[in-house]
Amino acid sequence: MKLNNVILKTTTQVVFFMIFLFSIHIFFAGHFSPGGGFVGGLLTASALVLLLLTYDLKTVQQLLPINYTTMTAIGLLLSLGTAATSAFLGDAFFKHYFDHFTLPLFGDTELHTAMLFDLGVYLVVVGVTMIIIQSIGGDE
Amino acid sequence: MMTNFLLTPIILPFFTAILLMFAPKKVYYQRVVTLVSLILTTACAVYLIQTIHTEGIQVVTFGNWPEPFGITMVADMVAMLLVTTSVIVALFTVWYSFKSIGIEREKFFYYPGVLLMLTGVNGAFLTGDIFNLFVFFEVLLMASYLLSVLGGEKGQLRESIKYILVNVISSALFVITVAFLYSVVGTLNMADISVKIAELNQPGIITTIGVLFLIVFGLKAAIFPLFFWLPSAYAAPPIPVLALFGALLTKVGVYAITRTYTLFFVHDTGFTHTLLLVLSCLTILAGCIGALSTFNVKNIIIYNIVIAVGVILYGVAQMNEDGLMGAMFYIVHDMFIKASLFFLVGIMIVVTGTANLKKMGGIMRTYPTLAWTYLIAAFGLAGIPPLSGFIGKMLIVEGGLAAGNLWSSLWILLSSLIVLLSVIRIFIYGFWGEAKTLVPKESRTHYKQLLIPSMLLVLLTVAYGIGAEWITPYMQDAADVLLHPSVYTDAVLKE
Amino acid sequence: MEVVMSFAIGFLFMAAVYLILSKSILRIIIGTGLLSHGAHLLILTMGGLGGEAPPVLADGVTNMADPLPQALILTAIVISFGVTAFFLVLAYRAYQELGTDNLDEIRRILADDD
Repeated sequence: MKLNNVILKTTTQVVFFMIFLFSIHIFFAGHFSPGGGFVGGLLTASALVLLLLTYDLKTVQQLLPINYTTMTAIGLLLSLGTAATSAFLGDAFFKHYFDHFTLPLFGDTELHTAMLFDLGVYLVVVGVTMIIIQSIGGDE
Repeated sequence: MMTNFLLTPIILPFFTAILLMFAPKKVYYQRVVTLVSLILTTACAVYLIQTIHTEGIQVVTFGNWPEPFGITMVADMVAMLLVTTSVIVALFTVWYSFKSIGIEREKFFYYPGVLLMLTGVNGAFLTGDIFNLFVFFEVLLMASYLLSVLGGEKGQLRESIKYILVNVISSALFVITVAFLYSVVGTLNMADISVKIAELNQPGIITTIGVLFLIVFGLKAAIFPLFFWLPSAYAAPPIPVLALFGALLTKVGVYAITRTYTLFFVHDTGFTHTLLLVLSCLTILAGCIGALSTFNVKNIIIYNIVIAVGVILYGVAQMNEDGLMGAMFYIVHDMFIKASLFFLVGIMIVVTGTANLKKMGGIMRTYPTLAWTYLIAAFGLAGIPPLSGFIGKMLIVEGGLAAGNLWSSLWILLSSLIVLLSVIRIFIYGFWGEAKTLVPKESRTHYKQLLIPSMLLVLLTVAYGIGAEWITPYMQDAADVLLHPSVYTDAVLKE
Repeated sequence: MEVVMSFAIGFLFMAAVYLILSKSILRIIIGTGLLSHGAHLLILTMGGLGGEAPPVLADGVTNMADPLPQALILTAIVISFGVTAFFLVLAYRAYQELGTDNLDEIRRILADDD
């Protein structure tokens, strides 16, 4: 399917990055306010789907040569690893740790291991969604 | 570390499935890693059984939350016996798959699918939280959707659509039922629910929820009016997947019914348990009619799944020690024997190239070992002493008589004869008689590799039957938990 | 409020049953989506509506919402997302393989094959 749509292509070039950055914002907002890995992942996936709609599958695959199966596996590994770390430290499975750190630029920041778990969820959601989209859209 | 040890049957298969996803095309790597991981899981599960036997029920609550607020995982003897059986069945199925599932499927996430399904099954057995049970059900269902559609033959596609639709509806019903339960008792921890229901003294609404749970889990366990989807949905996928489904999936539903009906709805058994009793007898009837009505070897064994579900639930419905212990004996026996029967029937299909009994005949002349192994497995299924089905069925019938259900107990005994008839039909038509054409010799070369795991599994069921006396103390523990909800609730809510 | 919710849930279930009983696979999938939406709303209603402030975050909150139903709904939504996506892929494959999404015709095609 070859689309020759100038308006869509020009807009996508800008809008893609806006959606992507917003998805990262949503991802980090996750702990205390609405957001998180699942929603962030879906937003990122929707940005990628917009790319797929504008350009075809091959172009996007050249642009972002990502193996989404591996991405899903890494995400699962990250989530499981974060949850299992506490088991090795003598706490119950899924115990989460947090502390306050002073970082440059951010100042006093609260860092959670739950964020790592959520990063895993994010990767899984993006990976799985893209696998599904590719398997449906792959054979035009 | 030790407090979390009971999670190993869930985490190990899950972790292995993730590892396998990194290299889906390397078949050899997939096989070896899966096999090693399943052997390790079996070792952990057996160790856990021993731990529970000596030290009592093991409990861990995620994230150090106090019970009943966190998600609790509970390893009691009932759950652990089923977990161990599932892992062993999965181990043999994977071994059997090497030469029967086909390279194409192996390259397309077959082994991760099996391991994820095992993750879900073990999780469903071990969880102590009713909503978490739903989550693990979904995990195992997602994996089973993948397995049932893997290969993408036309028949598989249609049956998968049906299978998914039935399960999506039953999942929605599950969520609805949990919502009702939550609105009445205000908790999701299974031990806490049990205590709360005891405090409320089980008003009518709880009985209604009990019946709803019976519908939800009955759809998965294939009890009488709700088994309609099972025969065709199970017949579509290849034999190893069928063996896995037949041995594990319905048993998860049976376990869930057993758990809820012995832990939650025990204060007013007049309606719920009578309903369960009647439905279990009707389930056996439906299964018997089905098993005698077909000449397809796969379907005969599939209908025997339905019969077994009825027998186990009949034992549960008695709510006395003999009945429950018999149900435990029988459910473990049935998981082993169903898997081995499917393996053997699978070999028959491989060597004859058909599943239709009328086109088979005289296999015994070429493959006598297969014939005798099959006969032992068939006798085991029917419960001829001293094989594995006998002790479970005997205890269930004793339980039924002790509870004063004379006629239904006789019906269970009679059904054994029908079971025997249905599987002996396969022996008479398939193995006896004049030899009919087999497939060309070149496509039968895997016969030995398929027969060895099947024979070992049959041997295991024989050992299970003869060694019943050594297993009895463990079964006693399991029956204790089922009979006295306080054993379970005290262990979980000790703090 | 609970009464209004009950009607909304009932309506969703009604529409879902209607769609699931139709012959097109696509309509059936939409029906399962509506069914799970109804179930999610039911959890929310059953947990008790009312309560405005989020719990735990601040001290001294008295009129807090029950966080558990929300957590359950989130989990259930993620699961139904996954199942629906899988179902859609399957329906698409079946459409490719069999050339129709009408269940009656699929049955006929397969009966011809046997």
